[in-house]
Amino acid sequence: MLKKIILPILLGSSIASASEIIFYSTQANPLKEADAMRNDVLIDFDGTVKYLPQEAGPFFSRIQAESRTNSVTLGVLGALHGQYPQIKDSLDTVDDVIAALPSVSENATITALGKLGGDHQKYIPWMQATYLMAANKKALPYLPEGANINALTYDQLAQWGQNLTEATGSPKLGFPAGEKGLMHRFIQGYLYPSFTHSVVTDFRSEDAHKMWAYFRGLWKNVNPRSTAYNLMQDPLLTGEVWVAFDHSARLKGAFDQKPNDFIAFPAPSAKYGRGFMPVIAGLAIPKNTPDRAASVKLIKYLSEPNVQIKTLKATGFYPMVDVALPKDLPANVRIAGKAIALQANAPDALPSVLPVGLGNLSGQFNKVYSDTFQQIILRNADIDSVLNRQAKRLKTLINRAKAPCWAPDKESDGPCPIN
Amino acid sequence: MNKKYYPYVLIAPSVLFLLLFFVYPFLEVFVQAFTSSDGQVGFSNFENIFTDYNFLPSLKNTLLLALVVVPVQLCMAIGMSLMISKMKKGRDTVLYILTIPLGVSDLAAGIIWLAILDQNGFLNSFLFSIGIIDQPESWLNYQNPIIIFAAVVVAEIWRATAILLVILVSGIGLIPKEYYEAAEIFGANSWVRLWKVTLPLLRPSLQTALILRTLLAFEVFAVVMLLGGSNMPVLMGETFNWAFNYQDTGAASAYAVVILALSIVFTLFYLRVLRVPKGARI
Repeated sequence: MLKKIILPILLGSSIASASEIIFYSTQANPLKEADAMRNDVLIDFDGTVKYLPQEAGPFFSRIQAESRTNSVTLGVLGALHGQYPQIKDSLDTVDDVIAALPSVSENATITALGKLGGDHQKYIPWMQATYLMAANKKALPYLPEGANINALTYDQLAQWGQNLTEATGSPKLGFPAGEKGLMHRFIQGYLYPSFTHSVVTDFRSEDAHKMWAYFRGLWKNVNPRSTAYNLMQDPLLTGEVWVAFDHSARLKGAFDQKPNDFIAFPAPSAKYGRGFMPVIAGLAIPKNTPDRAASVKLIKYLSEPNVQIKTLKATGFYPMVDVALPKDLPANVRIAGKAIALQANAPDALPSVLPVGLGNLSGQFNKVYSDTFQQIILRNADIDSVLNRQAKRLKTLINRAKAPCWAPDKESDGPCPIN
Repeated sequence: MNKKYYPYVLIAPSVLFLLLFFVYPFLEVFVQAFTSSDGQVGFSNFENIFTDYNFLPSLKNTLLLALVVVPVQLCMAIGMSLMISKMKKGRDTVLYILTIPLGVSDLAAGIIWLAILDQNGFLNSFLFSIGIIDQPESWLNYQNPIIIFAAVVVAEIWRATAILLVILVSGIGLIPKEYYEAAEIFGANSWVRLWKVTLPLLRPSLQTALILRTLLAFEVFAVVMLLGGSNMPVLMGETFNWAFNYQDTGAASAYAVVILALSIVFTLFYLRVLRVPKGARI
């Protein structure tokens, strides 16, 4: 107590900062999660850590500014796999750290992602999550006949939505299409792979056209407030929405507060399978960090099995290391954990990763998909002309970044082609 | 030190501050706007934003918003300032109360109005409790662009009328009483006095107030972001998105230059239309 709280206050932050590791993260940003990170996860670390969660934009700005002026103060960075390419050049190589963490490097596929397409390890996989569906139990009686909730198809989802609208008088499906919602991930990792077995190459194919037409139909049964939803747990809890798609960490609140009211289930499937997108968060060390040994120590601490379980409780992100989950886990883990496993192990599972080679263009890459969604679905524009126009933008971006294709698109030599 | 240097010494800190935090970033933005991602000088950033599907809607929304909000605010502010300047007692108190919204940040103002108009907001609960609606209604969604626009207009009027009011109240105070007395002697009623004396002599204040308010209207951001989100794009919101969400400072700078160009055009317009001939100044 004295060492951790009172002394730093008495001595002022300037002295405290001499031995303090700044842990700068885009994850566990909501107040409650940040609090849990500080008080549950980091409290037992042998050393002083200042946990600073930040929005993605300012997060990148600060790292880039520090690295450009060569006055680095940050010790450890925590961010999503898809966020790292933008700050790739400011990251130190962590080959030595991954070598010392066999429990993490055991998972070779995911560890390889941490090389960001290069030869050296740039981040250490930290924790993982995915997107899935959640439903209020009240919605279950309206499932279309013969539908199995754990192996739903997109057509059945549309039918379910319509049944719900007819039964309740208002649309009960919901998507996180708000300003800070993750709608673009649904399009990139779920709709496109399931309907076209592609994200980039078949962006404007016949299948893509059919997909958008399908989604336009489904959208009639989606709560129009969806464009204000950032975290689907809120409308689920208020009952505005009965069936929703979102990131597991953004559904957590609903499962925890009313574990008996909600269920989780895998995303639906279409022609090419059950597209889904695993989310990987990683830990990295900025180049020229003030105390690299301390940063490494913190990363090793965060990879310890019991700390990973504490992190799971704090953030709703699952451990990277193989660890037996204890029985006293919060409700959200019990509910979502099963659905996540079902989704990943489904016979028609079609995983896709976040784009790697886009560098700081990944924001604009996401924009292509959310803009397409906004124009076709919300502003009712002509599907083909929107797809053609957006395909041009997509092509420019991919060529500018010289990004080769990634799963589920077929590998390419040179920039990923768009047909 | 020679006394004649005092003013320069005293003003130096603020000039330095402005140079450092205003002029320098401003020049930087200009350079960025005309530099493409591969370092070439040209219009590629402008091409990029002009072909973006959100550019025209955001330009339209911003201009339309200014066009609706500013005149309404002007009329309200003139009316309110005339009433206030006629008050004998409690004038300051009323002025303080009317200027409270000015002290609220625009983000806070947006939150206040969102709390009122949201599906679970005060207006919904009120209408529900007196039995006008059967269930909470969602007004602020993409299906009702006009309602979103109206909500932003109301919030902006509530938030920023006071800035016009303050300028006009002091402007009215500057008009010499003699003009009114002379007008009265010639039999002018209060309506004629307003049109022939107050408003013409208020021109310099009107000019300042209008320039200030219109420029602020072009920079409207937080209120729109909260009430409309991506359903109502405006120039400033797009600037923010390009800078932080799409990580393209060049395009964001190009947006900033567009806002600047609009601001200059409108300032020149006001300077011209509301100019006071030299001989007619008080």
